[in-house]
Amino acid sequence: MIEAITQNLVIGIMLGALYGLAAVGIAMVFGVTKFLNVAHGELLMFGGYSTFWLFKLLNIDPFLSLPLTILFLLVIGLVLYKLLFVRMVKMTEEQKIKNTMLVGFGLTLILQNIALNLWTANDRGVTTSYATESLMLLGIRFPYVRVAGLVISLVCLFALQQFLRKTYIGKAIRATTEDWEAASLVGIDVQKVYMLAFLIGTALAGVAGALVLVSYSVSPSIGLHWTLKSLIVMVLGGVGNFMGTFVGGILLGATESATAFFISGNYREVVGLIFFLLILIFKPQGLFGAKER
Amino acid sequence: MLKLNDINAFYGDLQALWGVSMEIKDGEMVALVGPNGAGKTTTLKVITGLLPFTSGSIEFNGNDLRRVPAHKIVEFGISQVPEGGRVFAGMTVFENLELGSFPSEARKVKDESMKWVFEIFPRLEERKKQQAGTLSGGERQMLAIGRALMSKPKLLMLDEPSFGLAPILVQQMFVMIEKINKLGVTVLLVEQNVRAALELAQRAYVIENGRIIGEGKGDSLLSFESIRAAYLG
Repeated sequence: MIEAITQNLVIGIMLGALYGLAAVGIAMVFGVTKFLNVAHGELLMFGGYSTFWLFKLLNIDPFLSLPLTILFLLVIGLVLYKLLFVRMVKMTEEQKIKNTMLVGFGLTLILQNIALNLWTANDRGVTTSYATESLMLLGIRFPYVRVAGLVISLVCLFALQQFLRKTYIGKAIRATTEDWEAASLVGIDVQKVYMLAFLIGTALAGVAGALVLVSYSVSPSIGLHWTLKSLIVMVLGGVGNFMGTFVGGILLGATESATAFFISGNYREVVGLIFFLLILIFKPQGLFGAKER
Repeated sequence: MLKLNDINAFYGDLQALWGVSMEIKDGEMVALVGPNGAGKTTTLKVITGLLPFTSGSIEFNGNDLRRVPAHKIVEFGISQVPEGGRVFAGMTVFENLELGSFPSEARKVKDESMKWVFEIFPRLEERKKQQAGTLSGGERQMLAIGRALMSKPKLLMLDEPSFGLAPILVQQMFVMIEKINKLGVTVLLVEQNVRAALELAQRAYVIENGRIIGEGKGDSLLSFESIRAAYLG
């Protein structure tokens, strides 16, 4: 019994890491630009399909192809930004949220249909030689691909944190998040920072998508699911604290698994939404959210 | 050094500045005073490029500042301390100062500039590892000024540096500003605290409803009857 519970928790945490990674991407974009990109899940889906194609057509290992997938997503991100989002950078915060949501919903439809045409409605996955192998530790099974997913998520998070803490550009991003006018007065090109943040968010969606593909599967309709999870986790963890966001993801994953185990699989989705409501009611700045000035 | 010539500017359909002309000479300390909503902050926004102006011209050391984007202004040697300090609260004092020397030229001499700022504000050196959000009001204002000085500006523009400070701190703040001016930094001081600003500055402009309505030596404006009546009581 203990083993089954622990096993369940382990799988939940590994799923949660992917929620966390996806949410860090959406939170990065939202925190800096105040763009609520509801097509984030579709970008994640494209990351999955990019990895799928590289595996299927060129036989490149899904983990080795990550840099290519990131590159692919950066290109998509750049096109979307220059074509659509750049028009909204001068709006007020409220207008930005409303307009980017509208644009985002439009994008979800377009991207879904592109995916349907290119890859059909079937679930796609990759079967590597190590796909079914696991590490056994104290009677708990750790599937290799999911462990790798957790590790890569952590590496991304750590790299992002270091980038934001140590580099001048990273500090410029943090400064812009806090006060774009003051940032622009010290000589930071706020528009460039916005684009950079958007691209980082897109790249993170790509990595998350690749990891979703190897651990689970992708289909043209998964976007909304991942956007919702990302939003829940972002609210759960609080905007402006990526470590908190990531931990929020792991909490959600673990809770969902526990719900499926102890209550019923039918309720696992409900738990996330209940979480969401409770946090909004009792701690609107998020579990680990920065206090308002 | 800085010359504003017949500037008109709008917020949407609302005209905020009406033919504003001003001049600041090298090494001067000039005050821009006037009541709330008169257009003081707007004038600064026009200079820093945060608000485009529709007609007129701004010249700084022979450079035309029209169409210069906001983030490039600091590279010309103009640095602004925004109203209320507005430091980056979630970052350390050190990081705030570092960001003050964001332009590549300033970045090269960052360490030197920081030494200079710490000489002016020793308190900031003591607090350098602290989160800016945990500083007191006076310290925040020091940090905001220090951050603006990190780009080694020729012109320092201060927007209401006395805002929200206790009277004793206001006095100290003005002493600091005078000291910075004596170090060779030209200062444009925007203030609601008219008496203090006029006593401190060599020259002053009075702005009301988006128009410059008076100009003169600081202490001569103090005896200006309408100003006495309107702002000094």
